[in-house]
Amino acid sequence: MTDAPVTLGEAPLATAALALGDDALVLSHRLGEWAGHAPVLEEEVALANIALDLLGQARTLLSLAGDEDELAYLREERSFRNAQLVEQPNGDFARTIARQLYFSVHQHLLYGQLAAGDGPFAPLAGKAVKEVAYHRDHAEHWTLRLGDGTEESHARMQRALDALWRYTGELFEPVEGLSVDWTALREGWLAAVTEVVERATLKLPDGPQSGAWTAGAGRQGIHTEPFGRMLAEMQHLHRSHPGASW
Amino acid sequence: MTNADWPLWEVFVRSRRGLAHTHAGSLHAPDAEMALRNARDLYTRRSEGVSIWVVPSAAVTASSPDEKDPFFEPAADKPYRHPTFYEIPEGVKHL
Amino acid sequence: MTTMAPDAGAQDTTAHEAVFDAAVAAEERIEPRDWMPDAYRATLVRQIAQHAHSEIIGMQPEANWITRAPSLRRKAILMAKVQDEAGHGLYLYSAAETLGTGRDELLDKLHSGRQKYSSIFNYPTLTWADVGAIGWLVDGAAITNQVPLCRCSYGPYARAMVRICKEESFHQRQGYELLLALSRGTEAQHAMAQDAVDRWWWPSLMMFGPPDAESSHSAQSMAWKIKRHSNDELRQRFVDICVPQAASLGLTLPDPDLRWNEERGHHDFGAIDWTEFQDVLRGNGPCNDQRIGQRRRAHEEGAWVREAAAAYAAKHGKATA
Repeated sequence: MTDAPVTLGEAPLATAALALGDDALVLSHRLGEWAGHAPVLEEEVALANIALDLLGQARTLLSLAGDEDELAYLREERSFRNAQLVEQPNGDFARTIARQLYFSVHQHLLYGQLAAGDGPFAPLAGKAVKEVAYHRDHAEHWTLRLGDGTEESHARMQRALDALWRYTGELFEPVEGLSVDWTALREGWLAAVTEVVERATLKLPDGPQSGAWTAGAGRQGIHTEPFGRMLAEMQHLHRSHPGASW
Repeated sequence: MTNADWPLWEVFVRSRRGLAHTHAGSLHAPDAEMALRNARDLYTRRSEGVSIWVVPSAAVTASSPDEKDPFFEPAADKPYRHPTFYEIPEGVKHL
Repeated sequence: MTTMAPDAGAQDTTAHEAVFDAAVAAEERIEPRDWMPDAYRATLVRQIAQHAHSEIIGMQPEANWITRAPSLRRKAILMAKVQDEAGHGLYLYSAAETLGTGRDELLDKLHSGRQKYSSIFNYPTLTWADVGAIGWLVDGAAITNQVPLCRCSYGPYARAMVRICKEESFHQRQGYELLLALSRGTEAQHAMAQDAVDRWWWPSLMMFGPPDAESSHSAQSMAWKIKRHSNDELRQRFVDICVPQAASLGLTLPDPDLRWNEERGHHDFGAIDWTEFQDVLRGNGPCNDQRIGQRRRAHEEGAWVREAAAAYAAKHGKATA
């Protein structure tokens, strides 16, 4: 049963559910890695809250596409549909916050559009958008504090924004099955992120938002090297006991 | 170098509409905005509240327990402030 | 009215002491600004700090399995549980701070080894079943210890414990449920569960502290109503609770001497290896260095973040203290 990778449904709904679900699942996993390592105890609680929200979203979304555990634990790396941004390692706290800022602003605007529409994701997005608004708020407040804090935090935050910039373009590649105005999404995202970044006395990177290896690649199952290790860790126990219940 | 020790804040939570905010505990935060968010994450993660106040602990002025007697005793000898002080004939209602 | 320190003036300590003793005797709560004996304050700071440290060090052995949790449901439960432990640590540091000792000072003492945390967390979580054993046995022992603390004479500690105990019951149940799923699962899963119980049973019994005859702080703490029951009393209570629970799990407790004593109305159990306890306490447990090392590293690596937020607050006129 573990030999053959789980095949994806071809229906656009399943494709979209996997894209959104994998984004939430993978980012939740990364945030879960912070447990016991956060810079201050209050932040242990905050990061875990965000991780738990995302995990809840992931479970709902994956269940739309199939069995949540089969999808999470028995797919190979090439079958995951998350954007490369969310799989990027935590790095220092600035790197995590930059990833949160880029992603949560995107997710907030995306879910806002989905919630306002009448598609199959509207109910889920309507609930999740409130959670995501808080994730965005958290990321924005920390971006301000790190950017406009000390010389060191400013430098770290700028480095983080620069390093992750190339993974942001993918967030605006159309996903089959989602009726979203992707151009408006990109414009809204750029305006919102620019505003926060500048208020934080930081500069938005001016390089390309994507390259040959990042443009829509995660959605096609092309991931970055750290992702394979993340999955190996996440899946090994489940895969070691084929057919077991937990 | 800036001091990395964040000040202490007292947290008050209104558990539901119609009730007053009550003291829930304290936490550390660099400023009021973060204190409010930390309080939300820490003290309402099981939906314990609908509204939160945060107050810098340093801003709380408290009566000293040493002055307990002069401060609170005088009120104790004014039983006429309490409704039970008054005798009302049996059968009188709505009073 | 505002500037007087709690112990200001040259008032007669014995008069204060009489008021304090009377309040404790009458089951009234002692509150932060009340006069209290120095030793009472010191005992509380030591105990609450150790308790808080245990919560945050205790995050590590379980967080060790968050990234490997075998189902998404289990993963959510475990993340929420580890998060609760951070929360409990915060409630407790908050209670300790009412006694005039800042959290930074307490963390500093933890990091430099001058204050302790529960020795149980110096044992490793080797398999997924250990997460269940911690929930059932370690949290179970902790709850047995902590429920009486909800009536502790010091108000802020008692209030923190009420909150914590409410939240802890989920911790114990999820552990039990996790073990039950393993015990009723495949042969390999059942073996994993039994192995975990075999390793965690004795350390859990040690969590109640040394036998009454050798417990150095107990008598005074009982007199002050910080502590309500003796170590041995609570340990016995825990054993009596666990025996039928283990039977329902289909797992055995690793003690050949464990049997019901009709006369006492309690279970007799085997001798605890206090040499091991003392050894782990002295720093020779399997994970002492690892636990404190990770804690210290998280704190040190987070310094620039805490400094940044403080600098931002100062710049924007938002700092208060």
